Amino acid sequence: MGKIKDIHNQLLNKEISAVELIKEYLANLKVSENKLGTYLAITEEKAIADALAIDKKISNGESIGLLAGIPMGIKDNISTKGIITTCGSKILENYKPVYNATVVNKLYHEGGIILGKCNMDEFAMGSSSENSAYKLVRNPWDIDRVPGGSSGGSAATVGAEEVVFSLGSDTGGSIRQPAGFCGVAGMKPTYGRVSRYGLIAYASSLDQIGPIAKNVEDCAIVHDIISGYDKMDSTSANMPSTKSLDNINRDIKGLRIGVPKEYFGGDEKVLKTLKKALAKFEEMGAIVEETSLPHTEYALPAYYIIASAEASSNLARFDGVRYGARDFDQNDVTDMMSVTRDKFFGKEVKKRIMIGTYALSAGYYDAYYLKALKVRTLLKRDFDEAFKKYDVLITPVAPTLPFKIGENIKDSITMYLGDICTVTINLVGIPGIAIPCGFADGLPVGMQILGKPFSEELLFNVAHRFEQNNDFHLRKPEVK
Amino acid sequence: MSITKKDIIHVADLARLGLNDEETIKYEKELNDVLNFMEKLNELNTDDVEPTSHVLDIHNVFRSDVVEDSLDVEDVLANAPDRDEDYFKVPSIL
Amino acid sequence: MNNKYEVVIGLEVHVELKTATKIFCGCKTTFGGDPNTHVCPICLGLPGVLPVVNEKVVEYGVRTGLAINAKVPNYSKFDRKNYYYPDLTKNFQTSQFDLPICENGYLDIEVDGVVKRIGITRAHMEEDAGKLVHSGKTISSSNSSNVDYNRVGVPLLEIVSEPDIRSSEEAKAYVEALKMILTYIDVSDCKMEEGSIRADANVSIRLIGAKEFGTRTETKNLNSLKALQKAIEYEVERQTEVIEDGGVIEQETRTWDDEQGITLSMRSKADAHDYRYFPEPDLPPIILTDEYIDNIRRLLPELPEARKKRLIEMDSLSVYDANLVIAEKFLADFYDEVRKSIDDPKLIVNYLMGDYYRELVAVGLDFSSSPVSTKDFSELLKLLQEKTISGKIAKEIIPLMVKDGKSPKVIVEEKGLVQISDTGAIEAIIAEVVAANPKAVDDYKNGKGNSIGFLVGQVMKASKGKANPGIVNELLKSVLDK
Repeated sequence: MGKIKDIHNQLLNKEISAVELIKEYLANLKVSENKLGTYLAITEEKAIADALAIDKKISNGESIGLLAGIPMGIKDNISTKGIITTCGSKILENYKPVYNATVVNKLYHEGGIILGKCNMDEFAMGSSSENSAYKLVRNPWDIDRVPGGSSGGSAATVGAEEVVFSLGSDTGGSIRQPAGFCGVAGMKPTYGRVSRYGLIAYASSLDQIGPIAKNVEDCAIVHDIISGYDKMDSTSANMPSTKSLDNINRDIKGLRIGVPKEYFGGDEKVLKTLKKALAKFEEMGAIVEETSLPHTEYALPAYYIIASAEASSNLARFDGVRYGARDFDQNDVTDMMSVTRDKFFGKEVKKRIMIGTYALSAGYYDAYYLKALKVRTLLKRDFDEAFKKYDVLITPVAPTLPFKIGENIKDSITMYLGDICTVTINLVGIPGIAIPCGFADGLPVGMQILGKPFSEELLFNVAHRFEQNNDFHLRKPEVK
Repeated sequence: MSITKKDIIHVADLARLGLNDEETIKYEKELNDVLNFMEKLNELNTDDVEPTSHVLDIHNVFRSDVVEDSLDVEDVLANAPDRDEDYFKVPSIL
Repeated sequence: MNNKYEVVIGLEVHVELKTATKIFCGCKTTFGGDPNTHVCPICLGLPGVLPVVNEKVVEYGVRTGLAINAKVPNYSKFDRKNYYYPDLTKNFQTSQFDLPICENGYLDIEVDGVVKRIGITRAHMEEDAGKLVHSGKTISSSNSSNVDYNRVGVPLLEIVSEPDIRSSEEAKAYVEALKMILTYIDVSDCKMEEGSIRADANVSIRLIGAKEFGTRTETKNLNSLKALQKAIEYEVERQTEVIEDGGVIEQETRTWDDEQGITLSMRSKADAHDYRYFPEPDLPPIILTDEYIDNIRRLLPELPEARKKRLIEMDSLSVYDANLVIAEKFLADFYDEVRKSIDDPKLIVNYLMGDYYRELVAVGLDFSSSPVSTKDFSELLKLLQEKTISGKIAKEIIPLMVKDGKSPKVIVEEKGLVQISDTGAIEAIIAEVVAANPKAVDDYKNGKGNSIGFLVGQVMKASKGKANPGIVNELLKSVLDK
């Protein structure tokens, strides 16, 4: 059984009060956070006030939501009214939003209690959370290693059990890769499944918000709550929320699993763990076959062009005029904007803005941006073909185990290559869930299960069945 | 294709990034590395391929022309780095 | 102007659409308002917000396209136009680049009786920017600027003409024709003083007979017809001078300085021209079915040209009169409504554009702000037609109608202004007048035919203008000729 239902019942049965629970979590979080760097803001006061309100409801006999009293962390690129939201950037150091993201309203509505804003790579650009302008995030399984990124804070905080679940965002793997590195479950929903209203955009055509939890059931519960049509997001699919929880226990006998060979070129330890997991699926009655997604090698360059181009435009609004930091030493507005942006954006952000601006500029649009959009079509066709034969595809989440802090940060290309297993999924818009499928060298190995657009319910079902036949999600890191 | 220092300065200007000389040199090298990496796409012939801007087949998402509440002016200006009464204040435009 | 050269003008007209809310959010579009009070997270471009298209903007775009004889493609989309300026909240403008809502239209204009067709390349939907208020007298002498974002996101239609315009008069006629159509189809108020229609002029000159266009300048900020004409004339003169002095015209953006009456170069650091258009990822494409487009076509009101033709052909109005009536949609509709009950088009025009219009001007009103209803106006004409009142009495009644919005019948009754057509009563007055003016009677009898006019005047005076002049004439003659 997942933790959310467990706590829910304890609260209903008055075995524990929400305030007690939240205070306990907060006390632990403050100690643990010191070691892991998972939070950019801790919202203690609000959390206790919210918990009090839940307790009042319970004692008044009023009905409470399934998330009532459940401690959660929200990635710092998701707009929270009255709570500083920085995107891990100095340019938004004191920015206090005046509105809530749709997902935040949905979680609040169900009674979820925010403990803080999770640390991340600046503007979600990075795969190690080393690009946060404030501090590093450390992997709870080995604090000398990265937790992955960009939702490193969101994954590590769940991995270390500082909260029950968190929200991350995924543009090229930013939920799945850190979930894999931290040994937790993380879902990147179909593009359009979860409202992006209030998600501070990195690359609008790729971004999705998704849940991260210690087990598949909790992840599914949160997904069911945050998904669904939102009239504030024009790219939101006009479909009801998922009902993953109702379908999570279905038998997967006869399930057709495709294993795309192009994704199996990484670290031997990762591959071996994956193969064991695939054998487990066969044992459970699934049919596992090798397949091919022939354009895979073109996904990374296409991804970096599209993401950077969109980012160059999305991040134009941070100019020191309406909100955020400003350099006050300039007498001219153009200089003010240029100096502000140079001074308060980090290195990786500036680099991607430069790449994106170049890729869209006169004379280069066709060679870069348009070309990348065409490659995206080819990638989409690969998946359409594969899903004619298979219900799901299974791959590693990343080609390597969590790497050492500082190991890849100096070389962009090496860092970019680590996203090989995840970026394509955003380019084609399909859903993907990452769950732990074993351990190597004491570090978790993540498995990625992919499905057709809007097949989240099946993905939760498959992931849950796998989880039921293993105990990886039950292990807890000892943060040292 | 290869990026020159002149290109870097032009692009930085378009992107409103006031790079110093050191940064310009650094970005010249790094951008060339990344763009070389992107050259890989040229291996593919995409002449007859339609571009995909939107992965979902959605169209005609409209709202009706009905007035909704605006923000309180204090909320509008809540995060303003500088203001003059109820205006945002910026340095002069030359 | 030096007549060696020919002027080539293309106009980009920005029209503010008359929607209740902005193009991508629910903030109201009302003009004015305290600074930054018509602003929400979306139009303020706060981090994380997303746009949703106002359906009315699309509808108005299509309506306009059909009215300017353009093609409305089935597929259209939004793009981002990227440039930095503090009056933008996102530092890009959501606009349309390669697939606008309509393309390939035209308008016929008339200058000095000659009709000319001006091509329209395209019309696209986009959002307006905010307003900069400068602390000093001009932009460049200010230490700082203040920004009001109330206008950000107000829906605009940018209508781009072909370079078919050859003079400032043609430019004016084109904008007037466009304004007329846009008000007819009710998509814009076209109030230049509130900036709801404004033009940028692309002007170049070339030697007469030359095939290539000269280098053009784009002059912005033309928010009155006068400014448009004057700026074009100034640019033509300036460019002629530059070329005559052996110089070259630089392709640049200029701004019209109304006070000095000159155009000024706008070159500045903010002027790097590379907009890096790309498809707006936050907005799915627009697919318009033929059915949708035909439906809007069916509901289009009669356009000015068609209306004019009808007035000339069906109502036998002169071209001059027809032009007067159609000049304003309100007036044309007023005419049509009155026409339903008055079967004398010429009478309607004469009163509408004559005594009635003069009275409106005198009291500072226009047709649309006048309290006189079509019903009351028709009643006035009916009283005239039935000879219940004379033209002279009508002249007295009109100011009262305009003043109080009272019905003419009520005024006539209150003031006892009913025309006297009763022959007995008129004969009695005539008898008095004849008795009192023996000299005039003698003159008439001695062959001075025109002295009858004096006698008619006396009768009218004695009746306080209420006697029916036709009957007076008739009866007087028969009395005198006895």
